[in-house]
Amino acid sequence: MAEWEDPQGAANSRDSAQSKTITRRRFILGVIAGGAAVSAASYRFLAPPSHGRSGSSGAGERLITLMVNGKPRHVDVMKQETLAFTLRYKLGLTGTKLGCDRAECGSCTVLIDDVPSYSCSVLTHTVRGRNVTTIEGLAAPDGTLHPVQKGVVDEQGFQCAFCMPGFIMSAVGYLKKNPNPTRAEMAQGVSGNLCRCQDYTKILDALMRGAEYTRRA
Amino acid sequence: MTEMAAVEIAKAEDQKPRPFGAGYKLIGKDYSTNDLVAKVTGTAKYAEDFRAEGMLFCRLALSPMPHGRVKRINAEKALAMPGVRGILTPDEVPGHANYVNDNGTMIKADRFSELALADEPMYQGEPILAVAAVDELTCAEAIEQIEIEMEPLPFNTDPLDSLRPGSANAREEGNVWVPNAAPSRDSHLEAVKWTDDDFAVEKEGKMPMGHAPEEWSYGDVDAGFRNAALVLDETFSTEDVSHQCLEPRTTMAYWQNGKLYLYTGTQSTMQTVPAIARWMHMPEDKVVFVSEYTGGGFGSKITGAQTLVIPALLSKKLNAPVMMRISREEEHFIGRARPGIRARTKVGFARDGRITALDMFLVSDAGSYGSNGDGGACAQITSLLYQPPAMRWRNITVATNTLPRSAQSAPGGMQAIAIVEPILSKAARKLGLDQVALRRVNCPEGKAEFGPPRPDGKRGYVTSCFLKQALDEGARQFNWDARVARQPKRVGSKVRGLGVALSTYHGGTSGFDGLLVVTPEGRVQIYSGIGNLGTEAFIDVHRAAAEVLDVPWEAVDIIWGDTSKNLPYSCHSGGSQTIHAMTRAGHAVGLECVQRLKEVAAKSLGGEAADYEVANLRVARKGGGAGMSFAQAAQAAIKLGGIYDGHDVNPQVNGYTKHSVAQLAGTGLVASARDTFPHDGDSFSFLACFAEVETDVETGKYTITDYLGYADVGTVIHPAALGGQILGRSTLGIAHAIGQKWVIDPQYGVTVAERFYQNKPPTILDVPVDMKWNALNIPDPETPVGARGCGEPPVGGGCSAILNALSDALGDNIYQRVPVNCDTILTSFEAGRPMQNPLLAHI
Ligand code: FES
Ligand code: FES
Repeated sequence: MAEWEDPQGAANSRDSAQSKTITRRRFILGVIAGGAAVSAASYRFLAPPSHGRSGSSGAGERLITLMVNGKPRHVDVMKQETLAFTLRYKLGLTGTKLGCDRAECGSCTVLIDDVPSYSCSVLTHTVRGRNVTTIEGLAAPDGTLHPVQKGVVDEQGFQCAFCMPGFIMSAVGYLKKNPNPTRAEMAQGVSGNLCRCQDYTKILDALMRGAEYTRRA
Repeated sequence: MTEMAAVEIAKAEDQKPRPFGAGYKLIGKDYSTNDLVAKVTGTAKYAEDFRAEGMLFCRLALSPMPHGRVKRINAEKALAMPGVRGILTPDEVPGHANYVNDNGTMIKADRFSELALADEPMYQGEPILAVAAVDELTCAEAIEQIEIEMEPLPFNTDPLDSLRPGSANAREEGNVWVPNAAPSRDSHLEAVKWTDDDFAVEKEGKMPMGHAPEEWSYGDVDAGFRNAALVLDETFSTEDVSHQCLEPRTTMAYWQNGKLYLYTGTQSTMQTVPAIARWMHMPEDKVVFVSEYTGGGFGSKITGAQTLVIPALLSKKLNAPVMMRISREEEHFIGRARPGIRARTKVGFARDGRITALDMFLVSDAGSYGSNGDGGACAQITSLLYQPPAMRWRNITVATNTLPRSAQSAPGGMQAIAIVEPILSKAARKLGLDQVALRRVNCPEGKAEFGPPRPDGKRGYVTSCFLKQALDEGARQFNWDARVARQPKRVGSKVRGLGVALSTYHGGTSGFDGLLVVTPEGRVQIYSGIGNLGTEAFIDVHRAAAEVLDVPWEAVDIIWGDTSKNLPYSCHSGGSQTIHAMTRAGHAVGLECVQRLKEVAAKSLGGEAADYEVANLRVARKGGGAGMSFAQAAQAAIKLGGIYDGHDVNPQVNGYTKHSVAQLAGTGLVASARDTFPHDGDSFSFLACFAEVETDVETGKYTITDYLGYADVGTVIHPAALGGQILGRSTLGIAHAIGQKWVIDPQYGVTVAERFYQNKPPTILDVPVDMKWNALNIPDPETPVGARGCGEPPVGGGCSAILNALSDALGDNIYQRVPVNCDTILTSFEAGRPMQNPLLAHI
């Protein structure tokens, strides 16, 4: 067996000193057949077209208009472009974070027509004509913080805060549906967001303070 | 301010909890940290948020196999693709070399250490090649066009299997890290195999114990067991758990005028510079490092790593800025993990629960690069936390073809506590003792000793320990006795269980610098070279300087996150160092600044420095009279020059700080100082952790219904931040108990749990909605502000309080390894014995 095609054969390499020559692609095929996939291309992200240098992905962009944080924004997007990418790499709104890029962590949560959504898993062209709100759009133009942001500041919520924009957007969206939640309800409301620093108690303190300020506002 | 340096400790048990902040203006009070508004508005810049004109992207090709050799790379097709700018291969990365840092310390080349790209990858997922292109899709497509011919090499992903006769070794040089003879602190690789006889006990569910290259002991261990009323001999394994920082590690690099500008997130700003210089083989003064915000570290981002070097090298080669973001899968492979430890532990107990002897045998997994100290730390923490009068430790650290390990919050300590606590719980049940009472008789106190005798024959000891008070106060706050008395424990299929666990870890080092400038505008600018990990310690510690200076916090600016901004030599934000090490440095520079202000006033207004006092942003004659504002004093300092404005530098400070002082010279009253305060003993922090669970024996599902962590961490500096550390790191520990693990297919050596959905950190629904914390706030007598760190100590306690609560509910025959999940409980509860193999790796 000159090439490593058979996963069973692959296993023999543990005991056999005899080396086998394989190509990377064939190894992957072997592993997939064996039940585990090795992905080479997990982030398929693209540079802004303003660079004027086309890669293999440059073609197929269309100019569309998005409503982001209350303002119309004209932007060239590709068919397969995600909203997170458009926001971060084309509109400069880097407050929306990417923790997994696969709808697992909630770092990329934004509001689409007031409903929290994972922007890493929404295609940009599908939100034409809808209102997209990001963390940058919460504070008033004069800098006055949104009540939920103020709640976080007053309670010193979160640690590294990489998850924070996502949590805040989820909470703001949830409070529109349920303005007077219990702690347990608020926890359910933001349970699509993961925090690895994990002081969830203080996160809840902060969001509940934000809920209180929102009701008062 | 209070004279906290003069705290006298009469007797440990006389010390009572104190209200936070008593006697201070800033210390012990909550406040909003200077970086918080940027975080809530989304303007805080993490590495991936930086952009540079003409920035290229870069992606990695990872090894598909656990051990192999790159035989040939053909990138012709890829390089011809539009948009592809270049590749980086293993033969282009700097190799192993000796390195002398700017402090004059020589770091010897280690041929077993990682390089930026590997031509002989040691684990599946190790980077072997990088491609830069105008966008990431082009990079990914280019990688698909590259032929990488590899020769598979023998591998082993299971440390115990690697000790079996005839099994494959992880590396050609061997499979076990053996310490070199003293005084060397390095290790070398040897091939070690145990015998079939050694493995015979496996059938009884016990860990085999063959030859172990590391060993120490103190006291009469045999006599301890002979005199015991109860001896338990338990096999238990802790799991390898990935750090899984929420921010995947990202770096942007460019070169300008021969200088490397590097943007990433790490746990240290200042100490990352020499690390980069070492990886890159370049002078430190040619590195500008920017790390303003870091999306989690937990020990995995202490300083530099290959993820910093790859874009730096590509950027140099291609003469363009390069951004390298990595995916969640890649983060799993490159992002480091805590080593799992398999343990066989024999503990003797007297009738009152006091431990009479402890014998611990560990098989530690080193992963693919270098040895690690987790096995050694495991023993140290055990000897401190449970004070066995006699103890023996044996350890074998085995190299495997699994991803590289690194320190993770409470390295070794977390494993120690997870291994020993369930044994204490079982002993209390067998001896008919209350769980808190059994821990109380074994609890360390005062200048408690730990570890084996040092070369001078004496054992090490801690600066102070008030864990008994934390245990008593915690039990009171948790209503332990009332909860124990509550009946019935079982209602239908639901069974309640209560757990208590002790916990400890190092609480910080010493010897770092503080640097501040009083500006001609009258502001106090404090420079911080600590990494901003989010724990807020990187700002909190400077309250110690502001407290000494008696300035309102509003008059203080903190400068951090960019080495071109003249930062001092600071500790890295890891190992619970920061609060201890940097409040000391802050206190020192505060005192230095006060002295210089008085001298400036005396020189300007007459009299002696001692005639003046500093308060309210003024330096003035004691008892009223002439004085000057901070602004005037700074202007006078600039006129005086020399030591007052930074043209001369405090000779005690580190070389890096001296460089920064020189850069700041003439900008105001420049004060720098080194922490030279003595301390008698090593600083450790302690916690008593309590939990209640409710399990459903029909489904195996369980809920944590209550949790309390009660801390002995010395003076509380910033209560909200301390609470974050206690509960956040408790939850990191709880994660080990309730679900986190790797799954590796031993046949192919490839991982099958690399994303969050396969290996999920706890969510907000996995923990109680109102976990509780508290702290004694009794100052440590050996450090000027009395404060110690608390990043590591809660982890083991969090994990073990849950494990102990589970065995309280379900008995001692459920688990022999973590995590304990639904199927662990379902299968074992019915069978009446632990049904999961305790020794197989990564199942
Ligand atoms: S980045 Fe979108 S859910 Fe994780
Ligand atoms: S605060 Fe760090 S991930 Fe949530």
